[in-house]
Amino acid sequence: MKRDHLTITPSGDRDLVMTRVFNAPRKLVFDAHTKPELVRQWLLGPPGWSMPVCEMDVRVGGKYRWVWKKDTDGSSMGMGGVYREVKTPERLVSTEKFDEAWYPGESLNTLVLVEQGGRTTLTQTMRYESREARAAVIKSGMEKGVAASYDRLEDVLAATSGAGR
Amino acid sequence: MQATHRLDAIFAALADPTRRAIIARLASGQASVNELAEPFAMSQPAISKHLKVLERAGLISRGREAQRRPRRLEAKRLEEADKWLERYRQLWEGNYQRLDALLDELKAQEKERKPR
Repeated sequence: MKRDHLTITPSGDRDLVMTRVFNAPRKLVFDAHTKPELVRQWLLGPPGWSMPVCEMDVRVGGKYRWVWKKDTDGSSMGMGGVYREVKTPERLVSTEKFDEAWYPGESLNTLVLVEQGGRTTLTQTMRYESREARAAVIKSGMEKGVAASYDRLEDVLAATSGAGR
Repeated sequence: MQATHRLDAIFAALADPTRRAIIARLASGQASVNELAEPFAMSQPAISKHLKVLERAGLISRGREAQRRPRRLEAKRLEEADKWLERYRQLWEGNYQRLDALLDELKAQEKERKPR
């Protein structure tokens, strides 16, 4: 089942590590993480949210800015950061900070793509400023606006997880 | 904030591979410190240190048998941490399923552009 491809594990004191396999060469997976016109098609969160602002200057020292908007009530959520390392098509390191951060500091996100037999393993490591910040981020998954309508999300997941790739 | 502290202690405890292996072992039944140390080629004090961390996080507890003091899993605490991670995972899985569809599209476009 598709849903089982994604693993999220706490690692060390401050890291969260996500891994997921994609049925595509890593050049395309890298494109999907670095080209704004592609990013805004998938990086959306729960149903009903769109991404009206997606600006990305993908080079070392370049900035990015993302804003999501909930279509029903117009509420929005923004975040941004700076690219620290860009190694096409295998590695992307960037900082991340939400406009209204509910945890201290920013996180350092490292995306690593490894291709084997036309499939790509994505490893995304998020390093938070403290253990406390890491716990706050995970906890927010249930309480914050990002996850406003989990019941609906669960329905969608249940409906799509049975479908073939 | 209390819940965040508790969650932090649980994640810190689970962030170590040996401790995750101990949890996995205890999931199939309680065990003494000796029994737990066996598969890891680790000294008893080293294992005891890991057990202390797990105990402080409330993930394991000690049985009453005076000699063995078997450790057992506190499944409720583990489920608590699991529940948080599961929510977070579902959010990302939603994104990644959209990415799956996008990648399929991109692959199809590439094939059209470069017919072989």
